[in-house]
Amino acid sequence: MAPAAVYELDLDLEAFEGPFDLLLTLLLKEELEPREVDVVGIVLAFVERLSERDEADLEACGEFLVLVAALLELKARLLFPDEAAELDALEPEEAAEELARRLAEYRQMKEAAAWLAERLAAERGRFFRLGPAPVAPRGERRLAPQSSDALAAALRALAAFPPNVSLGHMALRFPPVSQFVERFRSLLGRRRRFDFDSEVEGLSRVEQAVAFLALLELRKSGEIALSQAAPFAPIRVSRLSHEVPGSSRAKEVPGFSQAPAVSEPERTAGLELELEPVEGREAGFRPSDSERTSTWTARSA
Amino acid sequence: MDSPLRLIAVNPVDRLARTIEALLVVASSPLSVSELADAAEDDPERVETALGLLRERYAEGKSGIVLERVAGGYAFRASRDAADACARLFERPVERGLSQAALETLAIVAYLGPCSRPEIARIRGVAADSAVASLVERGLIAEAGRETGAVGAVRYRTTPLFERVFGLESLAALPRLDDLGEDSGEIRERLLEVASARAS
Repeated sequence: MAPAAVYELDLDLEAFEGPFDLLLTLLLKEELEPREVDVVGIVLAFVERLSERDEADLEACGEFLVLVAALLELKARLLFPDEAAELDALEPEEAAEELARRLAEYRQMKEAAAWLAERLAAERGRFFRLGPAPVAPRGERRLAPQSSDALAAALRALAAFPPNVSLGHMALRFPPVSQFVERFRSLLGRRRRFDFDSEVEGLSRVEQAVAFLALLELRKSGEIALSQAAPFAPIRVSRLSHEVPGSSRAKEVPGFSQAPAVSEPERTAGLELELEPVEGREAGFRPSDSERTSTWTARSA
Repeated sequence: MDSPLRLIAVNPVDRLARTIEALLVVASSPLSVSELADAAEDDPERVETALGLLRERYAEGKSGIVLERVAGGYAFRASRDAADACARLFERPVERGLSQAALETLAIVAYLGPCSRPEIARIRGVAADSAVASLVERGLIAEAGRETGAVGAVRYRTTPLFERVFGLESLAALPRLDDLGEDSGEIRERLLEVASARAS
């Protein structure tokens, strides 16, 4: 019954509240840090319990001493883990010396703390201002004197329109497809057939490509027939319709039922539209549209 | 003569003293001589002279304001005569409820700092975590780097506020450690006495 009294000892500590045996269980399971346990609190609770009784229970006291001693050793080992081995190796004399040295060190700090407490009490009447540190007077950036005229001049320079950039070096120009269509029609009005390669000879690569497009247009509308002896051989163009040259509109010919519903000028117009963006850009170029057009009319004449 | 008659002649040092007076009134922490010299754009030696003039003028008992040398600089504080009135309106929250554990920790940091929590725990024999945290919160100690090593513990040192609260010119104003506590030899002899008494 007596040892049970030790285990049932009710504790009310900072880190733990409950019976002593639960505290021991928690410590053994490592669910409670021994260094958080106030051993003095446990001893005081036990002494209080003892004083409530009339007679001293020696068995309970013995049991308690063993438990508390074990607890103290555990706590000490955890507080100074690396020093445990070091102290074990010491001779009793050295150990006493080490202990004395440490006690002396602690005693000094205790006295220093007492001195600080005294000092604090003496200085209690000192009142002074406390607050955020004032703005540092250094690190200030100095600017050169400025005038509003200089600022306005700088802004004016920035606000000026940029100079026109010449795109003259970009030589890609597309003559309208319709120009070649008309040219080939008038050519076929005079001759029954002609050689495409010799007709476009001397023109630029782009002009030759547009001339070829015009050829395809005419072929699509059934006005011409194309023949070529071999790949890369000269393309021969011959007239198909017996219409009066110049007015050979596919839809006006009764025999051309497969002719597209869309009239020819519209189709070429559509083609021209596709090229329009390039033409539009070209409009800004130095060699003007009219200049170019006159070149073409001169050729086809 | 066009200029009006002046009753008090203003010499250059006196003018500098006025500037320093103004700087100290605005400051909320002690200002060092070099800080004062930089702000006043004057020579440190002349600043010292002007400070001497001001210390005389603002000595304890002469004015409600006292100029004191504290925490490595100069600062104004209220005179002790006015302490009671000040205490009715203001408090000194930094030191309110400073526990024995906190004072011991503070003493260790002040004497041995910068030092880490494990070092403090080794000397005091108990974990120092809560005492250190409370001192940091009060602004009496602050972090000062880490110990060398793989898991270097944070080290702490005292702050200028510590010196100010305790009215210290610098940490050198603390009493010598050798003058405090008992000699380890005395303690050892006492320990041996107790041991031999138990053995017999």
